[in-house]
Amino acid sequence: MIDSKQTCVQTTQPQPITGEHLSHLPLAEEQWTEVIQSRSNLLDLGLREVWRYRDLVLLFVRRDFVSTYKQTILGPIWFFIQPLLTAITFMIVFDGIANLGTGGVPSLAFYLAGVTIWNYFAQSLTATATVFTTNAAIFGKVYFPRLTMPLSIVLSNLVRFAIQLSLFLVVWLYFLLTTDTIHPNGYLLLVPVLVVLMGLLALGLGMIFSALTTKYRDLAMLLTFGVQLLMYATPVVYELAKLDSLPSSFRWVILANPLNAIVETFRLGFLGTGQFSWAYLGYSAGVTLVLLLIGTVVFNKVQKSFTDTV
Amino acid sequence: MSNIAIRVENLGKLYRLGEIGTGTLSHDLNRAWARLRGKEDPFAKIGETNDRATKGSSDYVWSLKDVSFDVKQGEVLGIIGRNGAGKSTLLKILSKVTAPTTGRIKVKGRIASLLEVGTGFHPELTGRENIFLNGAILGMTKAEIRSKFDEIVDFSGVERYIDTPVKRYSSGMYVRLAFAVAAFLEPEILIVDEVLAVGDAEFQKKCLGRMKHVSVNDGRTVLFVSHNMEALNRLCDRSVLLAQGRVEKIADTDTIIGSYVQKNFGSRGTMSWSDDNDSPGNDIIRLLSVSIINEGHDIVERIDIKRKIGISFTYKVLKPGQRFTHGVNIYNHHGVHLISSHDVEQANKQIAVATGVYTTTVWIPGDLLAEGLLTVGVAIMKYEPFEVWLHEENAVSFTVIDPITGDSARGYYTGSFPGVVRPLLQWDAVVEE
Repeated sequence: MIDSKQTCVQTTQPQPITGEHLSHLPLAEEQWTEVIQSRSNLLDLGLREVWRYRDLVLLFVRRDFVSTYKQTILGPIWFFIQPLLTAITFMIVFDGIANLGTGGVPSLAFYLAGVTIWNYFAQSLTATATVFTTNAAIFGKVYFPRLTMPLSIVLSNLVRFAIQLSLFLVVWLYFLLTTDTIHPNGYLLLVPVLVVLMGLLALGLGMIFSALTTKYRDLAMLLTFGVQLLMYATPVVYELAKLDSLPSSFRWVILANPLNAIVETFRLGFLGTGQFSWAYLGYSAGVTLVLLLIGTVVFNKVQKSFTDTV
Repeated sequence: MSNIAIRVENLGKLYRLGEIGTGTLSHDLNRAWARLRGKEDPFAKIGETNDRATKGSSDYVWSLKDVSFDVKQGEVLGIIGRNGAGKSTLLKILSKVTAPTTGRIKVKGRIASLLEVGTGFHPELTGRENIFLNGAILGMTKAEIRSKFDEIVDFSGVERYIDTPVKRYSSGMYVRLAFAVAAFLEPEILIVDEVLAVGDAEFQKKCLGRMKHVSVNDGRTVLFVSHNMEALNRLCDRSVLLAQGRVEKIADTDTIIGSYVQKNFGSRGTMSWSDDNDSPGNDIIRLLSVSIINEGHDIVERIDIKRKIGISFTYKVLKPGQRFTHGVNIYNHHGVHLISSHDVEQANKQIAVATGVYTTTVWIPGDLLAEGLLTVGVAIMKYEPFEVWLHEENAVSFTVIDPITGDSARGYYTGSFPGVVRPLLQWDAVVEE
């Protein structure tokens, strides 16, 4: 890098020596590769720098995986146990006791679909929201684009989601081949889009929260049970249609949840139960993009000085 | 092309003292309101200079204020200062860990900082995995690390354990591996905080050598912060002395170390304690005073290199029938321990001493110590079993000067004259043919 610079300098045209050039100021100003100061352009998101550190993102993902399951006997099997037990619990409580119904679909497949995509969102969000506090030690000692950390969190969770999805696919295939209760359809093609949307939504929201939890730890507490409550406001354990029975005066509040369309469409594609509208999914995508933009701006602003307040 | 690699301009950093989380919301709202009206930060004004010893009235403190200096390309610049002088804050801003409150730093080239070695090392990962992770954190790409992997492992000297999780490493091995990764970074600017405090002597030497190599051979700029005066002197051509968040002096390292030592340990020819309870010692013996004297028994701070120097200390013996001896330590301004001496005669005689006030003087011959500031520590101790009753480090200090009259070891040579001691030696020159 140094070499290329030096040759670059040598090949510049010799400057005529005038009073102006002797001061070197106009020339020197342009050569700085970086200026460290208190304020920076809000819209300078530093994405190019993140791209340069892409290897780091992948190494963080790898670290998360390797370190989580070292010295455990079951290893990655733990990925399957958690959603499976959750889905079984939901079967007992919501289908067995509360009788919420699953639209004629086998309840295990119904709940496992919801739990799988929900976990992806919830875990990405909670981990991203506390990214500054959990990484304070490393952030305080060395600089690298801070955005790499939330990105790696979401990617780690994406890998985890892929593993959990394979569990769901086994269950799904079983019901598909042995019963006539589930009807996969064209919306299945939307699943990759849904997964990306879900990840970006968690990333955007998480980054907004991360900026706040840095200073006010109360929010971290609020978030852990807030996410639990949010699950009940999202059609994870019931179908979106159930919301129609709510009084219309506050139904719009529940319907404003951008997660609704994502979860509902995910289940619709695999199981053939639920409703779909392009407008509603488009709304989710719009909200996701807005939150992502706000999150990135806020995150970049906070990362410059959070070490003083964390 | 100007050859400035880093230009620091009016840099300032304001910190809020005390506990964060009490009253911060109201402060934040206040600030936001002021900013909205385009006014200055209302809390920035009441900041005080940084002096941890005095109690301030404000909750805000300028950890750095109006700091400006340039670093030339290829230079190794040292940064010296007491604890709390603002060294770490400066390094944190330079390494972009935190942002300055005022001012700016202009940089030419990529910066890599080593505020700590092994940042991001994960205990569960193997040495190999950690080399990649740590290298990437420090800004290397996978391909760069791979191409240097063998060199890194070789430099660290832990190849046998490279596939073992680092949690099984000894702390020395851990540091070796961590420093090795950092040593093979290729930034234009390298920022190093006292990371050399760990590791064995041989490895420290290797690290210092590597840093020198990086600046001399590769033309990289290095900023080095350390309390190790010897290392600073060996590595850095120029240094910055920080005090209370401001730049006190920028000059060649030798001068800076001299004024740092002078300022903090003072050149004082005599030191005395009036209060028995405050003075160094125990219930048997109390130190009353320590002085540097010349042949005429006058207290002095500056002494001619050819004259003998007396270190004289007065103490009060409170209990009768005690057996003890004395010792002195002499350090030069780089912190090198030049001389340690015990009063062997008194130790061997094992004479029981009656109560009273005594003065002991030890004489250092002329033409022995090199020029410069020397600090003296005194001690009184007992043998069998060995027990230190009092030990006053940095008790007094004095400056050895050479008026260059031609009869000292430097003759009439007036330039810089190295060597920690300066004895007048015998030179024999004979005609062989």
